[in-house]
Amino acid sequence: MTSTTGVIAMTAKELTQIILTKEKIFILDVRNESDFNDWRIEGENTETINIPYFQLLDGVESIMEKVPVGRTLLVVCAKEGSSKYVAEQMLDAGISQVYYLQGGMKSWNEYLQPVKIGDLKQGGAIYQFVRLGKGCLSYMIMSEGEAAVIDALRMTEIFVQFAEESGVQIKHVLDTHLHADHISGGRKLAEETRATYWLPPKDADEVVFPYAKLEEGNNITIGSTAIYMEPIYSPGHTKGSTSFIVDKQYLLTGDILFIESIGRPDLAGKADDWVGDLRTSLYHRYKQLAQDLIVLPAHFGKITELGEGGKVMAQLSELYRNNAGLNIDSEEIFRIAVSENLPSQPHAYQEIRRMNMGKITTSKEEQRDMEMGPNRCAVHDN
Amino acid sequence: MAQIQVDQILDCKGLACPMPIVRTKKAIEELKAGQVIEIQATDKGSLADLQAWAKHTGHQFLGTATKDHIFRHFIRKSNPSEVKDQLHFPRTITNQALEQKLMNHEAVTILDVREPAEFAFHRIPKSISIPLGELERQLDLLSIELFQKDDPVYVICRTGTRSDLACHILARHGFTQVNNVLPGMSAWSGPTERD
Repeated sequence: MTSTTGVIAMTAKELTQIILTKEKIFILDVRNESDFNDWRIEGENTETINIPYFQLLDGVESIMEKVPVGRTLLVVCAKEGSSKYVAEQMLDAGISQVYYLQGGMKSWNEYLQPVKIGDLKQGGAIYQFVRLGKGCLSYMIMSEGEAAVIDALRMTEIFVQFAEESGVQIKHVLDTHLHADHISGGRKLAEETRATYWLPPKDADEVVFPYAKLEEGNNITIGSTAIYMEPIYSPGHTKGSTSFIVDKQYLLTGDILFIESIGRPDLAGKADDWVGDLRTSLYHRYKQLAQDLIVLPAHFGKITELGEGGKVMAQLSELYRNNAGLNIDSEEIFRIAVSENLPSQPHAYQEIRRMNMGKITTSKEEQRDMEMGPNRCAVHDN
Repeated sequence: MAQIQVDQILDCKGLACPMPIVRTKKAIEELKAGQVIEIQATDKGSLADLQAWAKHTGHQFLGTATKDHIFRHFIRKSNPSEVKDQLHFPRTITNQALEQKLMNHEAVTILDVREPAEFAFHRIPKSISIPLGELERQLDLLSIELFQKDDPVYVICRTGTRSDLACHILARHGFTQVNNVLPGMSAWSGPTERD
């Protein structure tokens, strides 16, 4: 952490470490109330208060008593300017150490933390990339100098760099479905690494670029030994949603099944049509799979879904026991649960879908704005 | 949107948060109550933040016009004493009664005495704009071109204070059918339009 004026910059990476190690931190969020209510930094041991910076222009005395003594104090805003401004005033008011979040919520939203999930039977490993600031999860599977990336995010340089450092070459890039909550980095990453970009054809009706068809039977091999990726057609969140079994150990479920919730069927505008598909995928198709598979979803909704070291994973059998979305006996109640009282739709999801079809191009700045806020892909977010 | 007459223009283009608000706060301290400031900014966050700031401080956020990635925010400085303390003018009409007249298609003349920027963003269709400060100067024009001295005139502002003063001015100059609309635009629930 670097200091220039007495206030200290904390990077999104450093904040991620604090949250993953469950260290205590006090966050003063100085964005306006509506932004704060929409989404904020969460952790098991974070305590957060929201006081907009424009209420602090005349001084911070009014809030000094709310700041606990002896706890790391972090001031956060949208970009960083206002948090720095407030942090400096707090320093003047006598607080000895004040951090501000470098790059603000923008960089928080974009930071990815690689976490190793486990080794593969024939050598190689699988990594999860945790985007704490948005609840997105991507994966890299590597073996014998080759790698596949699943559900890549738009910050493709992170995957490229990680592959380089690990001495592997990205050969395959796959999206489990056409995403609506975040901009896929799949196509861009495939172009940058000259890898094959795979998409489920049933989600790709409207895409305007070439892709390889991700379908059952089209198994993908990574490295020369048998690290198979076996596509499982599992519609419901979207028409084409496809899961993968990797190395007969892991089940990558995309946005169909999460740890504490299940996917929502309404983001492509077809809730009623896809309720039945979702039910079949979750209650029949997945039941036929080996129950000791480790489920690795494309999202988490709550901070409690993060396990040791930040890993988001659980055994399929455990989810059949504990995930409420997998334990609704009545089809009618299931239909109501996944089509009524859903959380509000993700920010700019229509534009994001068009973007992921290649129909519109936008600047990096616009992409950032489109992706602000939580992912809201699950049925139960509250 | 066309030019809107304001008392001050503050250039915050290219400035990042928190500077647009810091500068606005300073500039508004120099203004007199009732005056309108236009803040030009390029920071997208300035919209939500200025609105929230105005709500917090009690200044009146009028609206924003956007063109070529430049935001023009309009704020009117409030006056702590701008409360309904002395409403002297005897002839008044409620918002509801005026709205009823409009619904009945009665030919009514509505004179809006708020600032041009307030008028630009939120007004009753077909109302006439003459800011209170210009009323006396424009009185001759009024009686000749817009309405006669015996026509019923409904004078409106935001909360009834400026329109009360305007009613006095009009009555003093021989207008006989002047009415102050209460409570005014702040609670107007009928149709409105903007530039």
